[in-house]
Amino acid sequence: MRRSVTKYFNSFTDAAPLAVFRIGFGILMLASIIRFYLNGWIEKLYITPKFHFSYYGFEWVKPLGDFTYLLFIICGLAAFFVAIGYKYRIAIITFFLSFTYIELMDKTTYLNHYYFISILSFILIFLPANSYFSLDAWKNSGKAFQKIPRWCIDCIKLLLAIVYFYAGLAKLNSDWLIRAMPLKIWLPSKYDLPFLGDLMQQEWISYAFSWSGMLYDLLIPFLLLYRRTRFAAFLAVIIFHVLTRVLFPIGMFPYIMIVSALIFFSPRVHHQILNKISSWFNISKVKFDNNKLFQNKPKQKKFTILVVAIFFILQLILPWRYLLYSNELFWTEEGYRFSWRVMLMEKAGYAEFKVVDADSGKRFYVNNSDFLTPFQEKQMSFQPDFILQYAHFLADHFRKEGHSNIEVYVESYVGLNGRKSKPYISADVNLLNFDDSFEHKTFILPFYDEIKGL
Amino acid sequence: MKKISRILILASLIFTACSSENDGAESNENGVDTFDRGAMLANWADNIIAPSFNNFKSTTQQLEDLTLAFTLNPSEENLIALRNQFESSYVNFQTVAMFDIGKAEELSYRRFLNTYPLATSDVENKIASGSYNLELPSSFKEQGFPALDYLLNGLGETDADIVAKYSAENYKNYLLDVSKRINSLTEEVNSSWQGDYRDTFVSGTSSSSTGSVDRFTNKYIMYYETFLRSGKIGYPAGAFTGTPSPINVEAYYSADLSKKLYLQAIKTTQDFFNGKYFNSSSTGMSYKQYLEFLDRGDLADDILSQFGTINSQAINLNDSFKSQVETNNTLMLVAFDELQKEVVLLKLDMVQALSISINYVDSDGD
Repeated sequence: MRRSVTKYFNSFTDAAPLAVFRIGFGILMLASIIRFYLNGWIEKLYITPKFHFSYYGFEWVKPLGDFTYLLFIICGLAAFFVAIGYKYRIAIITFFLSFTYIELMDKTTYLNHYYFISILSFILIFLPANSYFSLDAWKNSGKAFQKIPRWCIDCIKLLLAIVYFYAGLAKLNSDWLIRAMPLKIWLPSKYDLPFLGDLMQQEWISYAFSWSGMLYDLLIPFLLLYRRTRFAAFLAVIIFHVLTRVLFPIGMFPYIMIVSALIFFSPRVHHQILNKISSWFNISKVKFDNNKLFQNKPKQKKFTILVVAIFFILQLILPWRYLLYSNELFWTEEGYRFSWRVMLMEKAGYAEFKVVDADSGKRFYVNNSDFLTPFQEKQMSFQPDFILQYAHFLADHFRKEGHSNIEVYVESYVGLNGRKSKPYISADVNLLNFDDSFEHKTFILPFYDEIKGL
Repeated sequence: MKKISRILILASLIFTACSSENDGAESNENGVDTFDRGAMLANWADNIIAPSFNNFKSTTQQLEDLTLAFTLNPSEENLIALRNQFESSYVNFQTVAMFDIGKAEELSYRRFLNTYPLATSDVENKIASGSYNLELPSSFKEQGFPALDYLLNGLGETDADIVAKYSAENYKNYLLDVSKRINSLTEEVNSSWQGDYRDTFVSGTSSSSTGSVDRFTNKYIMYYETFLRSGKIGYPAGAFTGTPSPINVEAYYSADLSKKLYLQAIKTTQDFFNGKYFNSSSTGMSYKQYLEFLDRGDLADDILSQFGTINSQAINLNDSFKSQVETNNTLMLVAFDELQKEVVLLKLDMVQALSISINYVDSDGD
């Protein structure tokens, strides 16, 4: 066992797939940043709001005013440098830090996709992605290696497999499989799609999509790994992601996943891709084909493998942390994020905050749009940690306005996956008595229903 | 093999590119088991919105005519005739107030016609000076029905006192200008519905946030929450502050008008939900039918039964909300609570069932 592990970590493979992955990743990230800017989202999401919802423990990460644009420029430049493989290590570290900083600024915008990019760029820091077909390797033949350790490519495959497989596991619940929720709500609203619009109105389509989506997520990593099913699986990847792109506002993610899935193909395919790129840009690819094995100091190698191993153990464990909470996960969302739970819920809320002056008994209601953007208000109204943070923000705000002895209450309702809305937070609990923590939030009212499954 | 995948990628990209546009015209020609939003929009426009505006327009014309008659000959008789017309026009205004879309939105129609409480002292100042421009947004609080309410009811104790005020040219001019402005703005909005805008509205069948259904539903719910719940009941009852505020009552200076306005507003909202034609017992497609199509008849029932509760609670309210607030505000707060329950049903449950986003912000989802 030990011998085969050592043997595995000492085996080498062609570096071309990782080089193609690096190029694709860098270009798509650059495109994402440009698209984000062109959509006016930097302004809308990070400059306009007066208040930002922080992640627990990361309250110090805030937008930087107009310098937020600079942050995006740095992030975009870093992505470009990653793509061309110039000063790769610095570039990918810069990308990881700037991108993660952007994501931590406001959890309103949390998406699993962004989290995926963050952790993927983290793991890329430890991979020799610039050893082949990169500017670094071109300029310094001492850094050029055509062969890299096998695990360097396998760990990207593993990460992709985790994303898909866990997303599939999360679909093993009664709402998704038995009630075809939330697709049964979402699909009929796509009535104006060309060709597909009428079909989307049919109930069986929601069931078909739910079940095939679940099977796709659970099986696709294995079908991609297995050589004989690989090509068909890749076609499925394209169809699946393009379909999600057509049906949902899902941004760049489908393209990222399609390009990422190329890593499962053999080096031969990647050499063809690189040949193509070489001919476009007049690059002499043979210069990289040196058959040299990637060399690393033993200490560094040990450290790298240790970091990567810890990283994956965490990734495998983190999505299960919801088991530590006893209440319905979809209702409380305690342990929901960072777990590849994608598109599982149609959830919306209504939250009206009441500020009470405990001395005089005077009360007034808060107009949420005075403080939050519509998007923030939407996200806040069904997530307990947002509600709590906002209550504290309101208290701070009204204290500054001269009110003392403030209490903050919320009357809130949440509707989940087509169920009639129900009261969400105890209306008679002063939210200021609670601080955010990882403990169960006792002010969340019971769900009074059961969603069976994982 | 590579060729196939390349063609597939290309085809799918083209498909993606096409699909983000929308060609509203033909959403479903085979008509089986699909809900036709275009037909719903046509019902809204042709059987509800346009006829409501057309009817309201004739009442504002009457209002202007009778105002002219009164200013030419300020008598108690003419005052009473004008006041009656004012009351009926104000009630009819409740049948169009929620349609804040298209021309009405562009003109800030509702804000010019019905921003209250009136800035009484500003009105008096402008009448005294004789110089004013009612087209300025800064004059929202100095015109429309609240101004007529004051000018016809609030200027004196008795009708004789009020008529006496109209010996002054400045009062005549201001009164006439207010009536004319109500009429001319209504004319503009009405003709847009009888003309081009109707087609623009009905053809906006896209499922996106720019589609007519999404946009109007936002307006519908905003009207219900902000103008009906908060405006007519919440603010006067002090539901937000804990202190009742009679001055915030709609039609503050009229004796018994406020409840009529409230009831008409509820009726309009409820009829719209049911798809009921204006001034007719026929019904067409609207939210109720849409929810039923989506298997959410239960929710439609809940919404209607809550409308029922709101209506029966209103029986207990005084014809004058001013005296209701001053004598027994608890009943006003009960009304508010019932209205509030409907807000949750409409703004949360219905909107979720119809997959419409409220105050849409375009960003990616998972």
